[in-house]
Amino acid sequence: MIAVRNLSHRIGGAPILTDLTLDLPKGGITAIIGPNGAGKSTLMGLMARLLPIQEGQVEVDGHCVARTKTEALAKRLAIVTQRVGVASRLRVGDLVGFGRWPHHHGRPRPEDHAAVERALEAFDLLELRGRFLDELSGGQNQRAFIAMGLAQETDWLLLDEPLNNLDMYHARALMARIHGLSRAGVRSVVMVVHDINYAAAWADHVVALKDGKLDFQGAPREVLTSARLSELFGMKIGVEEIAGRPTVLHHA
Amino acid sequence: MSDRRLIALGLALIAACAFFLFWGLKGPAGFILELRAVKLASLLLVGAAVGVSTVVFQTVTGNRILTPSIMGFDSLFLLVQSLMVLTMGGLGYAMTGGPAKFLLDTALMMAASLALFSLLMGRGRGDLHRMILVGVIFGLFFRSMTAFVLRLIDPSEFAVVQQVMFASFGAVDTTQLAMAAALFVPVFALLWRLAPSLDIVALGRDSAVGLGLRHDRLATVLLLLVSALVAVSTALVGPVSFLGLLVAALAHQLMQTPCHALLLPAAAMIAGLVLVIGQGVFERVLGLQSTLAVIIEFFGGLLFLYLVLGGRRR
Repeated sequence: MIAVRNLSHRIGGAPILTDLTLDLPKGGITAIIGPNGAGKSTLMGLMARLLPIQEGQVEVDGHCVARTKTEALAKRLAIVTQRVGVASRLRVGDLVGFGRWPHHHGRPRPEDHAAVERALEAFDLLELRGRFLDELSGGQNQRAFIAMGLAQETDWLLLDEPLNNLDMYHARALMARIHGLSRAGVRSVVMVVHDINYAAAWADHVVALKDGKLDFQGAPREVLTSARLSELFGMKIGVEEIAGRPTVLHHA
Repeated sequence: MSDRRLIALGLALIAACAFFLFWGLKGPAGFILELRAVKLASLLLVGAAVGVSTVVFQTVTGNRILTPSIMGFDSLFLLVQSLMVLTMGGLGYAMTGGPAKFLLDTALMMAASLALFSLLMGRGRGDLHRMILVGVIFGLFFRSMTAFVLRLIDPSEFAVVQQVMFASFGAVDTTQLAMAAALFVPVFALLWRLAPSLDIVALGRDSAVGLGLRHDRLATVLLLLVSALVAVSTALVGPVSFLGLLVAALAHQLMQTPCHALLLPAAAMIAGLVLVIGQGVFERVLGLQSTLAVIIEFFGGLLFLYLVLGGRRR
């Protein structure tokens, strides 16, 4: 369980998160939704200690993020952000290999190579392993970065907007893979999603943020209602049940 | 596969050194050899410092176009030199030779470069446009200040400053060389130990932190080492603006690897090769002296334009 307690965060005086308290259940997929500027990415950054915690506390399986050694935390929690500033010209295989860093610190052992193989295989990257990242399509790139997070072999996998820039086909394929991981009980996945329908279709738990506060949370079927979503996004949103799942109609 | 390229580089470098030492050896061999050996040592040291520091700098700042020199480091060096001439007078400046001036130069440049580099960290990292702008603006500012200071000083003292405006491998003091070497060895050793971590730093701050690297502390240490290398090599021979860019681009092109344990030695050896061959050809074959810097600037400048205009941003 990731326990967030009284978390507040300000950037340049502007409040991003205000006294946020919530629990993210272990196992399955948790989707964080909310309008732009609700503090979703900031929450992810604080949970993964990419940002220093200003006020409040975050615990990952009982380990306080602020006080646990960053090397130890890297074996419990992996984060994949929207990739920025890779200075090296990397091959896919090398990138995924770097996911093993927390375990070997520069001296890979046989079990590290095996873990990289598994991650490459899980994301169907074996044929692409020799290709350079800048030769790949957006979807392949995204897969390679998530495979790196997977190779880290942590209990928790945090994905910040993994579906960004993916078309319907690739977004679905990626979600199916992530879902498979969470079902096998290997990873607990927390992800920021913009398209509510993906959250409705794949997530086990939905957390909605608005203006840096918790708006609602719960199982998609229970909380993704027309009233709640309309209030969350400040517009009229219809929700119909299609094929047993809540389906969001933003044009209603 | 990669190691073979390093070995080939090493052999080429040894051949270049032999050519530099023994080509056209006439007259009192011992005396000439000693002169040449000092020059060779300074070429290799400066080459290694410039090559390694540029690769590390580009990795930490997350770009392939900027180098410490392009960030206005050279103009800063000239400004510091002309300010020293202004305050001490041309005679005083010329008299303050040897270790004292070398140490003063190095300390001043290190402090200044740290201030300059700190502009690159924080939220600006990875924002190439911002970094180029900062470099251009500071370079311009330092140059204008230098021009202003040069107006203030005596024309005869201006000649003293002019002497340091272009890199010169001709007149290197052996004491300075020994001091530089004594500083470089531990710096290189430390960077060698940090090479695997540099591979992770190259992934960008978020990924590096996610993988459990103490990124911010490490980046500060690395920039401190870079400024030591750049400061010492600039104090030793003067500014060589585009050498670092040229060498880092060649090293990345040749090695095609994210592994800094291979990139750093490759950059050091390529820089040595460029300097030794260049200086050798200029001195021995063409009979021209101390214009190597101009040629390096010319090709380096062309490469810079190519990198900026050619669209290969990383």
